[in-house]
Amino acid sequence: MEPQDPNVVTERQAQPAAARPTVGVTPSVQDLPATGTGNHVFDANGISIYYSAFRAVTDVSFSIYENEITAFIGPSGCGKTTVLRSLNRMNDLIAGARVEGDVRYRDAPLYGPGVSPIAVRRKIGMVFQKPNPFPKSIYDNIAYGPRINGIRNKKQLDEIVEKSLRQGALWDEVKHRLKTSALGLSGGQAQRLCIARTLAVEPDVVLMDEPCSALDPIATSAIEDLMKDIKSQYTIVIVTHNMQQATRVSDRTAFFSVLRNEKSDTRTGVLVEYGQTRQIFEDPHDPRTQAYVTGRMG
Amino acid sequence: MSTVTQAGQAVPASALTERRPFGDRLFQILALAAGLLVLAILILIAITTSQQSASWFSSQGLSGIFSATWNPSANKFGPMGFVYGTAISSLIAIIIAVPLSLGIALLLTEVVPRRWSRPIVYLVDLLAVVPSVVWGLWGILVLAPWLQKIYTSIGSGVKGVPVIGSLFGPPVSGASFFTAGLILAFMITPIITSLSREVIATVPAIDREGAYALGATRWEMIRGAVWPHSQSGIVGSILLGLGRAMGETIAAALVIGSSVQVTSHLFAPGDSMPAVIANEFGEASGTFRAGLIGLGVLLFLLTIIINVVARGVVARSTRRSRGA
Amino acid sequence: MAATTQRPVVDLREPASWRKTKNQIMTGLMVLAMLIIIVPLVFVLYTVISKGAGIISGQFLTAAIPPNVLPANLGGMGPAVVGTLEITALASVIAIPLGVLGAIYLNEYGKKNVLARIIGFMADVMTGVPSIVMGLFIFSIFTLHFGFSGLGGALALACLMLPLIIRSSQEMLSLVPDALREGSYALGASRARVTVTVVLPTAIGGIVSGCLLAVARAAGETAPLLFTILTVTSTNTNVFSGANTALPAQIFTNATSPYNGAQARAWGAALTLIVIAFILLVGARIITARFTRVGR
Repeated sequence: MEPQDPNVVTERQAQPAAARPTVGVTPSVQDLPATGTGNHVFDANGISIYYSAFRAVTDVSFSIYENEITAFIGPSGCGKTTVLRSLNRMNDLIAGARVEGDVRYRDAPLYGPGVSPIAVRRKIGMVFQKPNPFPKSIYDNIAYGPRINGIRNKKQLDEIVEKSLRQGALWDEVKHRLKTSALGLSGGQAQRLCIARTLAVEPDVVLMDEPCSALDPIATSAIEDLMKDIKSQYTIVIVTHNMQQATRVSDRTAFFSVLRNEKSDTRTGVLVEYGQTRQIFEDPHDPRTQAYVTGRMG
Repeated sequence: MSTVTQAGQAVPASALTERRPFGDRLFQILALAAGLLVLAILILIAITTSQQSASWFSSQGLSGIFSATWNPSANKFGPMGFVYGTAISSLIAIIIAVPLSLGIALLLTEVVPRRWSRPIVYLVDLLAVVPSVVWGLWGILVLAPWLQKIYTSIGSGVKGVPVIGSLFGPPVSGASFFTAGLILAFMITPIITSLSREVIATVPAIDREGAYALGATRWEMIRGAVWPHSQSGIVGSILLGLGRAMGETIAAALVIGSSVQVTSHLFAPGDSMPAVIANEFGEASGTFRAGLIGLGVLLFLLTIIINVVARGVVARSTRRSRGA
Repeated sequence: MAATTQRPVVDLREPASWRKTKNQIMTGLMVLAMLIIIVPLVFVLYTVISKGAGIISGQFLTAAIPPNVLPANLGGMGPAVVGTLEITALASVIAIPLGVLGAIYLNEYGKKNVLARIIGFMADVMTGVPSIVMGLFIFSIFTLHFGFSGLGGALALACLMLPLIIRSSQEMLSLVPDALREGSYALGASRARVTVTVVLPTAIGGIVSGCLLAVARAAGETAPLLFTILTVTSTNTNVFSGANTALPAQIFTNATSPYNGAQARAWGAALTLIVIAFILLVGARIITARFTRVGR
């Protein structure tokens, strides 16, 4: 008999995130509004990602679908962040990193010749684990992206700043102090600022790398609500180590794990199972998935 | 700049490609050029000064280069007297400055509580801010006359005594090797102090605590935990101080006495490479000037060698400590 | 095993007295070292202030330089003040942008590659090149062809300042957390954009303070000027042509003069120089304290 999920959120009431379920019990998946259109945003075909000689992930294939939230879960070291960062070519910034295999963004090769990582990142934004507001004012943080895209008109920028902060569920809290330093914000506010900053350039996709792991449960809840609000306009991929979060927010879930090669004593990350979130958690096909989601492993 | 596409529409390839804006490329090139400027300047220094001193090399010949006879009217430009003066005054400076600098560095890192270390650091920095010409002015107009009296009494006291007499005995002069060495010591102390502090700071706290945990006194901890780690780094900072003392021009030019001689008497007047260049360059010409520039080349080579060795030693020491 | 064992004596007294004494002696020596070094500092500052304060006046700072034999209350160091200000300013204008750009190359573009490490190492070595060699260098490469001028002096001072600014700026840039750079990259900025719009503004406090220290150093340098500006006694507002003068150069000339007037003017000039250097030093400290609040 499944216990009542204490996290059914219908109002904006702060609910603490539940602890890891006890062994043998899977977290129950909520029904999320279906906003997905079915279009492919990303297609990865047998990709392997290397840091110099070390192969971080091996032979990973998946597709990300438009206007859905996809979660990457798995134990630490399984490469989920590496895969996420390959989707907006942030791995390019690390010397010796390379991607083998085919990654397509809306049917265009993401690593093709002549593709500019800068153009890629304007369409595929990223929110990081630890909030990283620039040491500028709140206004300038949000306006940064539009400004580097050439928007100089003050009225336009004002509109963009307000719209982005509203989308980031931060407007009411900061509208009277837009010119004060962003460094004065609390952790949760700062992360919402970073999300608003990312949305200000109107990307197609928002990648999130454990966005709530540095935040308290109340701030976490606010961000999860935000994600659900905006998913009808953006495609979201989130890496999370919190399985409850995956069940709360994601339409699809990809479970990664570590594959150990006994002979050569190497480890690498692999994609174990990928499917609708409900199926992954309630009816996992792979025994490793089942072990992880029921808490026996990881 | 909305890029939300219609259902099923692929992104045109051109949307993802973007030739690198010219401004970015230019910026990178400028930054690289600025960095390369450092190498360019060093190379150019070597080339142009050697060129200018060429006539000196050729006129003196190999034996002339190693002689100590510097007599412009006889067309003799042997540099060794000045090399000697540079060496002696720098040596005196190091002997005086090293115990002082290390004492202060250890005081700041091991003894003084954090709150008090800031004002002391400011004080030492103040020492570094005094321009060398002011040290020279004070040295020649105030210190030298005062020291002359002291030298005279010491000199007459030790006259005739075997070793000490030849070091500290007459002839004495307020402007002398020793005075120059003293002033140089004051000038290089801030450098050795701050570099030694940096090196000592890389000693892992664990090693310090380990020594204390064995019941060591603070001095024993310094000898046992701090010194082995920071040994080579401190040697490096001493070398850097030496390099600075050798190249210090104006203070030396004013207080060293400006009469070149190779003598063991430390209280006697002498001359050094940078000092003679500064003092004589104005009226020199022809081979004389080439000779002065040649001294400059010698000075350049010596300080480069010392600096390369010193920096290498310091780098290796801090790398080793951090990696430990 | 004995039926009754004696309890071991726990001795918590001080260590053997000679160890303690030795420790105290060494600590005393360290304090002595500090006191010893304060003596010349205080002595110099006291002398300069007492001998120079009486001379300094509005007239001193602006009047023309009289012949050495004239007493102190006549004339002043006006041309030298003008010369110092304009030559140091020109040197700063040359050295600061180049130095900061060089630091940007080292920290943002080159990072750990071989060329960056070589340049960084040689920049350190270059800080140890005697200032007189810089003077001889500019003499050979510039003054011989273009004659004496403030520009030559500025070039020599710029050579002196360049490695100092590169190294201190690079340190400041390296203190900017990578998270800020990543945030900027993720919004689709190029490396140049990231550097100019996020990294530089964050590090600007430390960079400015490092530059001020380099300027203070340059303002007090004499040797590079000796061969490049031909110390004259008249004001030259055209820094690009014609011989010039500066405070350190005048002090050097007057220091060896037998005339009291000249010596007194030298003290006045020395005090002026120290005040300038001090203002820059204090300015640097204030900026460091005020502006280095990076991130949380």
